[in-house]
Amino acid sequence: MTPTASDAPADFEVALVSLNQWQLAWRRFRRHKLAMFGAGLFLTFVAIAAFGPFILPYEATNVPYPLKFCPGTTISANLGCPPFNDGHILGTVGGTQEDLLTLVVNGARLSLTIGIGAAAFASVLGAIVGGISGYFGGWVDTILMRIVDVLLSMPLLFVIIVFAKVFGYGDWRVILLVFALLGWPGIARLVRSLFLTLRTEVFVDAARAVGVSDLRIIFRHILPNAMSPIIVVTTLSVAAFIVTEAFVSYIGYGVNAAYNPTWGNILSNAQNDILVGNWWWPLFPGLAIVLTVLGINFMGDGLRDALDPRSRE
Amino acid sequence: MTDASSRLAETSAAAATGARPVLLETLNLKKYFPIMGGLLRHQVGSVYAVDDVSLQIYKGETFGLVGESGCGKTTFGRTILRLEKATGGSVSMDGQDVLALHGDALKRMRRRMQVIFQDPYGSLNPRMPISDIIGEGLLAQGDKANGWRKRSIRDQRVGDYLEAVGLRRDYSRRYPHEFSGGQRQRIGIARALALGPEFVVCDEPVSALDVSIQSQILNLLSDLRAEFNLTYLFIAHNLSVVQYFCERIGVMYLGKIVEVAATDVLYATPQHPYSVALLSAIPVPDPRVRTKRLVLKGDVPSPANPPSGCRFHTRCWLRERLGNPAECSTTEPPLRELAGGHLAACHFAEQVTAQAVQEAAATQSVIETAVDVD
Repeated sequence: MTPTASDAPADFEVALVSLNQWQLAWRRFRRHKLAMFGAGLFLTFVAIAAFGPFILPYEATNVPYPLKFCPGTTISANLGCPPFNDGHILGTVGGTQEDLLTLVVNGARLSLTIGIGAAAFASVLGAIVGGISGYFGGWVDTILMRIVDVLLSMPLLFVIIVFAKVFGYGDWRVILLVFALLGWPGIARLVRSLFLTLRTEVFVDAARAVGVSDLRIIFRHILPNAMSPIIVVTTLSVAAFIVTEAFVSYIGYGVNAAYNPTWGNILSNAQNDILVGNWWWPLFPGLAIVLTVLGINFMGDGLRDALDPRSRE
Repeated sequence: MTDASSRLAETSAAAATGARPVLLETLNLKKYFPIMGGLLRHQVGSVYAVDDVSLQIYKGETFGLVGESGCGKTTFGRTILRLEKATGGSVSMDGQDVLALHGDALKRMRRRMQVIFQDPYGSLNPRMPISDIIGEGLLAQGDKANGWRKRSIRDQRVGDYLEAVGLRRDYSRRYPHEFSGGQRQRIGIARALALGPEFVVCDEPVSALDVSIQSQILNLLSDLRAEFNLTYLFIAHNLSVVQYFCERIGVMYLGKIVEVAATDVLYATPQHPYSVALLSAIPVPDPRVRTKRLVLKGDVPSPANPPSGCRFHTRCWLRERLGNPAECSTTEPPLRELAGGHLAACHFAEQVTAQAVQEAAATQSVIETAVDVD
């Protein structure tokens, strides 16, 4: 090509930055105010869970000098003391007299670990099984989908009790495992349907026509295009698992509060003392759950919008 | 007659009788799609998309395949390329049985036969840069001899082919959404040609493009054919494009080849009643020309339940003229040779004359006549 005057704009064009789909999605996400707020909220709690326990002066389960009365009052400290007394910003809980802030901060660790861990586990397993099922089809698909049907029909509490019986009560790892086990089938169904659609795309045919292997087609062509819905569902299931953990712990089948506080079991222990008027005890762990879940859901909605290729600016 | 001229006469005679070297040949190729139904999802029938198609495509030629939507022409191309599993028959490329290949041998064969798709949007992965889209085949086909596994060699070749299709080398870092339909189609062509194929299936490569872009892409395909010694199977439904672009043409109807002839022969003297009707539908870009279209009755029958005998007999204008001979609905007409290299699958192909066509058109109630402006 000989350089002519008409080539000049084209040369100028080269300086433009070429953004791929992920970069475009990130740009859209950044402009989504509610999503950025949600992400900030969620990341704040993640930071609290990660660093909080190192900063706080108290140990979670160790109160060296139990008080008789709450400071400056004649209320029995055994029932728990209200916020802002003697350095206990969120107050103390009844019975053990532990610092509520310390409990909530330490509880964030397990609640988030279970939520994020179970969601990640479920997504990876669901993506693998759903991907195989959708890509290869046939009898492989039939068998895997029947397993999915069976697991989806299992009641959560029943499975938790059975697992607890086998692996030990109150172990957070058992709870995480059960959540992942019952969570992946839903994601597998989603991924399967995505793969069923994507494997008939023309670019998949084109890849096959030039001799690309099945494995590479799955990982380089189909999976990247299925990623957006998977990311959204994974995000939203983190919130769902946090709530489920709280529920399971609240009714007493969850993580053992004596060793490992979670937002759920702090709430569970609070239930008898609500009547005494210890409003702070259920309020703060409850608030932590609500804010985290809200943050994740805002973030998930933002991701859904940002990752949708049809949304153009 | 000198030696040279007699040799020339011989070769042209040989060309006329089909003795040119054959690159790709299909023999009774079949592709049936199962229809699943019932409570237990068992097979309740078949769609006869491609049924007993035998074709020879000569080295270096552009073979056009035309027919209505749903007649199986795309499926035929896909079955040759092993993108669909053939139900029966055989495909041979340079004498090698394509359908029997698997594993590495199939992969090596894919290097020799490539495809250009209709949809320039769907055929490029939106998540991949152009360098990966074109280079992927090279990576998959890379070995010690060609060195395509090495990024630098691959990128060099990707750039070369981008230039060959009229794009800039540095476009390779961009993503598909940054290109127009015509540019995307060029990228699709570069991807197909980067492997250095001999045979390329062009599956309606211009149908999805803007009319102003169509001719650019056709000229490009034509130049590339000369440059890289390609043989094309050109699948299309636009008859004007085919006439311009192809040397020989096969007409398909309901999964069968009904006529094969050199382009000028087919357009001048079509011998199958269906081809006659199809060709009469070409619009003439001149309002002063009175055209008489031979309009076929009814719709194309379902390929899941094709008519007996000749598949065209339910809509055939010639059969009507001849007083509905029983043969048409009972015996399937073989694809037989009428003159040098001109094949047609009709029991009464000899009855298709210009006069018969005119008379048939005249008796039709629907006759399209343009307003005479003069």
